[in-house]
Amino acid sequence: MSEGKRPGEWRAWLSQARFFLEETYSTRYRGAIARARRDEDDLFMLLVFAEMMGVPNPASYYTLELQPLLLERFHDWHRRQGMEHSPLDHFRCC
Amino acid sequence: MSAMIVLLVGLVLMALGYFIYSKFIAEKIFRLDPDYRTPAHEFEDGIDFVPTNKFVLWGHHFTSVAGAAPIVGPAIAIIWGWAPAFAWVVLGTIFFAGVHDTGAIWASVRNKARSVGSLTGDVVGKRARSIFMIVIFLVLLMVNAVFAVVIARLMMNFPTAVVPVWGAIIVALIIGQCIYRRILSLPVVSIIGVVALYALILAGPSVPLQMPAEVMPGVTGNAAWIVLLFVYAAIASVLPVWVLLQPRDYINGLQLFVGLIILYGAIIVLNPTMVAPMYNNDVPAGTPSLVPLLFVTIACGAISGFHGLVSSGTTSKQLNREPDARFVGYFGAIGEGGLALAAILVASAGFASLADWQAMYSAFGQGGVTAFVEGGAYVIHNGLGVPEVTAATLLTVMAALFAGTTMDTGLRLQRYIFQEWGEIYNQQWMKKPLIATLLAVGTCMLLAFGAGADGSGGMLIWPLFGTTNQLLAGLTLLVITVMLVRLRRPMWYTLAPLCFLLLMTVIALIFQLRTFYEQGNWFLLGLDLVVLVASILVALECGASLKRHRAEVAAESKGV
Repeated sequence: MSEGKRPGEWRAWLSQARFFLEETYSTRYRGAIARARRDEDDLFMLLVFAEMMGVPNPASYYTLELQPLLLERFHDWHRRQGMEHSPLDHFRCC
Repeated sequence: MSAMIVLLVGLVLMALGYFIYSKFIAEKIFRLDPDYRTPAHEFEDGIDFVPTNKFVLWGHHFTSVAGAAPIVGPAIAIIWGWAPAFAWVVLGTIFFAGVHDTGAIWASVRNKARSVGSLTGDVVGKRARSIFMIVIFLVLLMVNAVFAVVIARLMMNFPTAVVPVWGAIIVALIIGQCIYRRILSLPVVSIIGVVALYALILAGPSVPLQMPAEVMPGVTGNAAWIVLLFVYAAIASVLPVWVLLQPRDYINGLQLFVGLIILYGAIIVLNPTMVAPMYNNDVPAGTPSLVPLLFVTIACGAISGFHGLVSSGTTSKQLNREPDARFVGYFGAIGEGGLALAAILVASAGFASLADWQAMYSAFGQGGVTAFVEGGAYVIHNGLGVPEVTAATLLTVMAALFAGTTMDTGLRLQRYIFQEWGEIYNQQWMKKPLIATLLAVGTCMLLAFGAGADGSGGMLIWPLFGTTNQLLAGLTLLVITVMLVRLRRPMWYTLAPLCFLLLMTVIALIFQLRTFYEQGNWFLLGLDLVVLVASILVALECGASLKRHRAEVAAESKGV
């Protein structure tokens, strides 16, 4: 083993250790955190699509801009909220 | 006898169990298949289902199942002498816990990684599922009550640990923020966290905080601690997991490894003599009979139903290859057996003389975690030269942190159960997190104080907690056995432990029923009756479902 390789090996060992620590830290709670995050995101979806469902939203001028960006998530979201199909007449999804 | 010999015999037997028996079980009974597509791959979503490195998964599994229970149980059971406790821990780990844990992972992996609870409904029947839910509720109820009593007792007996134990919560909060906001990288945070925790432990003896024996008229110090602990656990259980629970668990995991290395290192260096009798012929008056109580006093460390919940909850969703189940499950059980072994060694060899030991074990339920801390401190002090008070603080912190984290998780799970009941019975108010938490805390406190007005009666619940835990293990073993019967594979390797467990549980419950009746403790008598009814139902369910499935299998083979 040449002397020059040592720092590289150290780095490899450190990154391995880091990988194990990070995995250990996140393994148990990955699901719980992702669900909590999804709950927050769902609230945000409601905020963005509020006006369409007849809920007055003072920020609709701004949220309107976000709608196309959130279209991809729309289907999952309305399914999760217990609605088989899109609740909005003029906003068909499936 | 030298503690080293006992340690070596224990470790060698467990190693043989892993290399020979678990290989046999994995290859011939469960037939773990390297080509089977595990749910982690089939349903991979980056959230719940993630194929995980088997060493990481083992670390997760081991730190989830190892807690204060494998310390408290063996340390209480030493009262019958160290040999029975040693034999049950070692043989239980090899033939019961390892098979149960591996089997629970296997059963779940073969059924889309569903939990044992929901598997019971499918594999065994709807009735069994209802019993399962009740048993889980009882286990959580008892574990929270008992651990609150354990920590309160530790806080009263070792005031030097008060600052480090509560300081650890602040350390965890800071670590959680550092990681969540990506202020520092995890290796750096880990080192800082462990150093901070040990700095607190070193500082603890200089700032002892003693709760007065009587805080207010009629409220003992012990009771005040129990109330404080429940207030803390209630708050902790409604916080988002990343704020407190996740960093706390992580630090506990690191502390578990450091603590085990220190304990084993001290035993090896000091090589103390087993002061406690090998078999205690002179047990204090009022100590119940060894059979069946030993088998419910030591649950975790020999076999524990709680492991089945972890195995089929998060572990099975992250299993990379099916054969990994052997390493994760069986070796996880061995890790826990190793912790129980350490508890046995220090609680029986960590005393200067037999008289000291007898003074500690003056009555059944005495000793326990206090004996672990004092015995362990004696061994660490004499083996590694650490001041005795610092060593005692270290072990108290270790035990209290384990128990505390289990309380956080237990209370959270119990809250989910109440919320689920709200859902099932359409009670809107019960679905609210705050109300569900209050209900969970209320029922646990009722149990902690119901057993004894000052909260000291909690330790009376310990064997009852053991029986409920064994019942849960029995239900998991039943699911595994039924699956084996349907696959036409040998069932005795799981059925024999199942029968033994159920038999011991029922006898122990009847014994305790008599004790509670004689003591006039009607509250615990009622609880005992509930558990007894549940265990008889489980036993009947076992008989009925095995008979039914065997008949079905026989009919099928005739048809073919």
